[in-house]
Amino acid sequence: MADKIATREAYGNALAEFGDKYDFVVLDADLAAATKTGIFKKKFPERFFNCGIAEGNMMTVAAGLAAAGKTVFASTFAMFAAGRAFEQVRNSIAYPHLNVKIGATHAGITVGEDGATHQCLEDIATMRSIPGMAIVNPADAVEARAAVEWAINYKGPVYLRFGRLAVPVVYDRDTYNFEFGKNITLREGKDVTIMATGITVDMALEAAKLLEADGISARVTDVHTIKPLDKADVLDAAAKTGAIVTVEEHNVIGGLGSAVAECVSEGRPVRVLRVGVEDKFGRSGKVPALLEMYGLTPAAIASEAKAAVALKA
Amino acid sequence: MDNAKLSALKKTAANIRLGILEGVHAASSGHPGGSLSIADIITYLYFSEMNVNPADSRWADRDRLVLSKGHTAPALYAALAEKGFFPREALATLRQADSFLQGHPDMKGTPGVDMSTGSLGLGVSAACGMALAAKIDGKDYRTYAIIGDGESEEGQVWEAAMFAAHYKLDNLCFILDLNGLQIDGKVTDVMNPTPHDKKFEAFGFNVITADAHDFESLEAAFAAARACKGKPSVIIANSVKGKGVSFMEGQVGWHGSAPNDEQYAAAVAEIKAVL
Repeated sequence: MADKIATREAYGNALAEFGDKYDFVVLDADLAAATKTGIFKKKFPERFFNCGIAEGNMMTVAAGLAAAGKTVFASTFAMFAAGRAFEQVRNSIAYPHLNVKIGATHAGITVGEDGATHQCLEDIATMRSIPGMAIVNPADAVEARAAVEWAINYKGPVYLRFGRLAVPVVYDRDTYNFEFGKNITLREGKDVTIMATGITVDMALEAAKLLEADGISARVTDVHTIKPLDKADVLDAAAKTGAIVTVEEHNVIGGLGSAVAECVSEGRPVRVLRVGVEDKFGRSGKVPALLEMYGLTPAAIASEAKAAVALKA
Repeated sequence: MDNAKLSALKKTAANIRLGILEGVHAASSGHPGGSLSIADIITYLYFSEMNVNPADSRWADRDRLVLSKGHTAPALYAALAEKGFFPREALATLRQADSFLQGHPDMKGTPGVDMSTGSLGLGVSAACGMALAAKIDGKDYRTYAIIGDGESEEGQVWEAAMFAAHYKLDNLCFILDLNGLQIDGKVTDVMNPTPHDKKFEAFGFNVITADAHDFESLEAAFAAARACKGKPSVIIANSVKGKGVSFMEGQVGWHGSAPNDEQYAAAVAEIKAVL
């Protein structure tokens, strides 16, 4: 396994890398050092604009830039992008379907010590409810880099979700191919499908190994695109494995679990059990302690997968 | 300003006022008061100040107007129709389910609308983004944003003002429609945002005062804004809500209600007398 790297780091690196190849501008709200847009700023100072601590203004400035033909990345923490600036994103960016890429970092409880006010667990839910908003939540640095290049070339609003925590690299950069709206099957299995998103994909792979030791064959899917959801793949998983467990670093309400459950209940009803934060706020703490406390571990995922298998008719 | 131009602008403004009333009356809803207070401003913008092309509404080098006080869309629609962006007959479809004239401006659906607005405080930021884009691209188009005085209670107006001054957006001009009234009453009673001049000055703006209903005053104000380099300008336009329809003037009740048939006929007669 390669060294661990945070998806936010990959985001900043990708902006700097692709800045040579593509014409786009980057906005931040006084968090460039943390969101890693500072890497782009250092290389392309004339295409970087700090908006100060005013996220609502930043989102609508991004919309204005896009309305005048620019491709724009606007970055801040997920909490302020999808929470504080929700209405600006909805009315200024999404309603006119403008070409703004929201680079939201520090999603979820793996923010760690800063605690609940900075640990956004509702962003997938709010963004998912906005018509025409694409949501991409990369699993690792390789996928994050590829998603950034895809987003640069996609016309329309995108919510890109990145994490603070350094996480294992799942993919090989030389062979990885990002296909918007297409799930990636990382492991075949017949008893249950674990559909994970973001930094929980690696945990899901670990969980599958635990399950294998117990004689359960788990298919593992990376749902990097939460909207539009790859319904064909979700229904295929339902048909072929008969049970699904979703995993996300997000409230179990409104996120990937909800999206999968909605799809399955309409198209191929099977059990869908959701692993995520159980309708709670986060809290301060060391990341491993928090992941344990909130049930986001390979063991917890494996346990839920066994429960799902047991519930199969 | 020569008499011919002045007379033409007055005639156009009267036609725009008729368009506002026609739309709001047909819809039986909408915001006539604030639409009428900006009627002369929007007339001056589209018929003297701004460089736009009705045959190519998305022309990349056009000047842009963001109607930040988006509820006064009837004034924008009437001006765009008068300018030839779409047939005047469309004004009567305002707010109907099959119309391209939404209750608040929709840039996707209406030719000539440069930004979707309606939620107050947002349009000013969008205008900042457009002005910044012009700077980045080395283009000389200008961006205008019309703000309501009630709207200036929104914090984002001041975030945008800070941004505009910080990036020295001298290609940006805000017009503050100072009509003194908002839905719940007098602006100074509801939540006093004054003094606007001192606030904008403190935020780093070139502050210009004008009479919103005097074209020569507006001409001087827009010329002063254009001449100012190194910082954004704001024209504080002293206006009368409901201007041009005597029974609507200065009446808060006409912020968001439509005239009935009788009132509509009286209003039209009054405006036509100007023509």
